Amino acid sequence: MYLAQIYVHHKASILDPQGEAVLNALQRLGYDKVDAVKQGKYFEVNIQADSEDEASKVVNDIAKDLLVNHNMESFEFDLKEVAK
Amino acid sequence: MKFAVISFPGSNCDMDMYYAVRDSLNEDVDLVTSDATNLDGYDGVLIPGGFSYGDYLRSGAVARFAPVMESVKEMAAEGKPVLGVCNGFQILTEANLLPGSLQHNTSMEFISDWSKLRVQNNDTMFTDQYEESEVIDIPIAHGEGNYYCDDETLAQLKANDQIVFTYEDNPNGSCDNIAGVVNEQGNVLGMMPHPERAVESILGGTDGLKLFKSLLNHVRS
Repeated sequence: MYLAQIYVHHKASILDPQGEAVLNALQRLGYDKVDAVKQGKYFEVNIQADSEDEASKVVNDIAKDLLVNHNMESFEFDLKEVAK
Repeated sequence: MKFAVISFPGSNCDMDMYYAVRDSLNEDVDLVTSDATNLDGYDGVLIPGGFSYGDYLRSGAVARFAPVMESVKEMAAEGKPVLGVCNGFQILTEANLLPGSLQHNTSMEFISDWSKLRVQNNDTMFTDQYEESEVIDIPIAHGEGNYYCDDETLAQLKANDQIVFTYEDNPNGSCDNIAGVVNEQGNVLGMMPHPERAVESILGGTDGLKLFKSLLNHVRS
């Protein structure tokens, strides 16, 4: 069994108004060292797979089919082997 | 003529659309649930606004997998009219029936207001009752209506005259002021503004009526 930790974020070229709103709020709170905020999504997905390659393929497929809007978003992921 | 208005869990403009067709257009219309597996016998399908599936994941991302969407895709492929308004537009982009995506308004605010639109293409089955470049008043009500597509897609939209409506005063940050686009074949229209909320003077305006009349004329001919 593998645990996939999948991070989805806006492509660099896409405006991220939510991240901007959080940045503005932090700066209003006085966190003047905070320079930029990007807001994204995080998924934890358990995958029954026999190998890391197989699990990796499943992650790429589900990202393509559902989790990511490839028009606006990109993603990366980490895989960990976990006990069944 | 008979139209289907699709009700997804979380649709909330389905009755507006239904009444627009039934009472203002005087045509047959059914509310069809998103679990339906065929749309045989309908001349056109209307996908209303709302928050299908709670906007979980992304607006329209889950609705795309509803059983009825297979039939919607078939109708689109057959050249029958498919209109998506607001969340309906978001669903059509997620289903890849229309190019581009709708992201958060740049202001991060939900905007409910009247908006002035310019009819950029009055040579479609949805707009031929409008004058060329006519400016119309249509309500908007959305938090994620900021249309985005990459430069290559935008160039294609322009080259094929697929940009049907633009905002006169861009309320949400949409690229090139885009408020509504059609697919390349011209039979699938998605738009954020709500023409079904501008079909009787008691609603505040009737500028949406010509869209439905255009559609009806097309289906009849």
